[in-house]
Amino acid sequence: MCLAVPMELLEIRDDGSGLAGLSGATTACNLSLVPDAKLGDMLIVHAGFAIEILDTAEADKRIALFEQMGEEADEAGL
Amino acid sequence: MKYLDGFRNGKAAKALTARLKAAGERLDAQGKTVQFMEVCGSHTMAIARYGIRDLLPDCVKLISGPGCPVCVTDTGYIDAAIDLGKQGHILATFGDLVRVPGSDETLAQIRAEGARVEVVYSPEGAVALAQDNPEKQIVFLAIGFETTMVPGISLVKIAAEKGLDNLTVLCAFKLVPPALAALGSDPEINLDGFICPAHVSAIIGADAYKPFVGPRGVPCVVAGFEPLDVLYAAVELAEQAADGRAELVNQYNRVVKPGGNKVAQAVVAELLELCDEPWRGIGVIPESGMQLREAYAAFDAVKRFGLKLEPGRPHPGCQCGEVLKGKITPQQCPAFDKGCTPTHPLGPCMVSSEGSCAAYYKYVRREAGAETMEVSK
Ligand code: SF4
Repeated sequence: MCLAVPMELLEIRDDGSGLAGLSGATTACNLSLVPDAKLGDMLIVHAGFAIEILDTAEADKRIALFEQMGEEADEAGL
Repeated sequence: MKYLDGFRNGKAAKALTARLKAAGERLDAQGKTVQFMEVCGSHTMAIARYGIRDLLPDCVKLISGPGCPVCVTDTGYIDAAIDLGKQGHILATFGDLVRVPGSDETLAQIRAEGARVEVVYSPEGAVALAQDNPEKQIVFLAIGFETTMVPGISLVKIAAEKGLDNLTVLCAFKLVPPALAALGSDPEINLDGFICPAHVSAIIGADAYKPFVGPRGVPCVVAGFEPLDVLYAAVELAEQAADGRAELVNQYNRVVKPGGNKVAQAVVAELLELCDEPWRGIGVIPESGMQLREAYAAFDAVKRFGLKLEPGRPHPGCQCGEVLKGKITPQQCPAFDKGCTPTHPLGPCMVSSEGSCAAYYKYVRREAGAETMEVSK
């Protein structure tokens, strides 16, 4: 029930609501819980509400760590 | 999508599996077997879907916890909703709840007999129903953990602003930390660590688990819902267990802040207050729920309709309570895949797409159906 995938904030409307998208699909979302959200931010959207903004710097760091682990696994012949 | 695929990297899974094996050998050498609970239903689904249990050493067990809000909704709550539906009021609900058995029937059954049970995808859908049906009373079935509380309760504010007097909520909001405290202190369960929920933690913050760690505590790892997130959490917990440490690690720091979402916390504090709450199969946990504050009593279905919520009668053969406490696996329930299947569920754990029994049915029972991380690149 708490599943939510990151979606990009594509539009902020006059009423303060947002339009978020992922791979071509879009959904309206309430932005009241993420007052700092700006266009291009990746949002975690749950039940019509953006509940948090994805910290892409932290996400990139973790992805890089996993890539490095993968390379080391390769080298070790795992 | 980078922010999904990056967490499904099969090669990294191999590296993590090797670390798990090494931690397992250290645990074996100490003669220890450890049990970690994944609290959240979305973790349960990811673990089953990606076959993560198969990657664990024998001395490391992952057990499912009470983290599917549909599964822990008390039978008596469903009975109360059914009564309201039969009285001719319109019920607005998120989808999974309609097939959850009450004492005698489900919302789906009363809908087939003519009651109006409308599935909505956000609480705003319930507001629209209230506007479109001014002669009817609309009751929103507000269940969920901290994640869903703000979206769920926001319609009270919208209703107040719009002056809607035909919209109420039937609250059964639940809080995760009191449930962890109850399970953690149950001597029959014996937990060695928690995989803490992802999006509940986005609201309450990673620091909410500080009371559970430390010298007399167990390790807690906040993890996202992608397969590598879960596997990495299992590695962290196993390594801590082998070291004899009990620390809090926020591995989902791409979303979860130490203090959580303060705006959401303020909305909750304004509208809701603590209450004792019944959990299906577990019983009443003190101060583990949230109800509307007196100032918003006009929007409380319990008060408007003079409801008295009684404990219901769950199916006598259903062992959801034991499953939710991690005491048995779904396959150990005699009804699993016999009397109880997703098309004919006896209990909520088989209904909800995130219920443990449904996850086991879909992915573990049919081994061939389980995806692996290799396939998903
Ligand atoms: S298999 Fe069915 S009857 Fe058994 S615990 Fe799960 S939901 Fe209940």
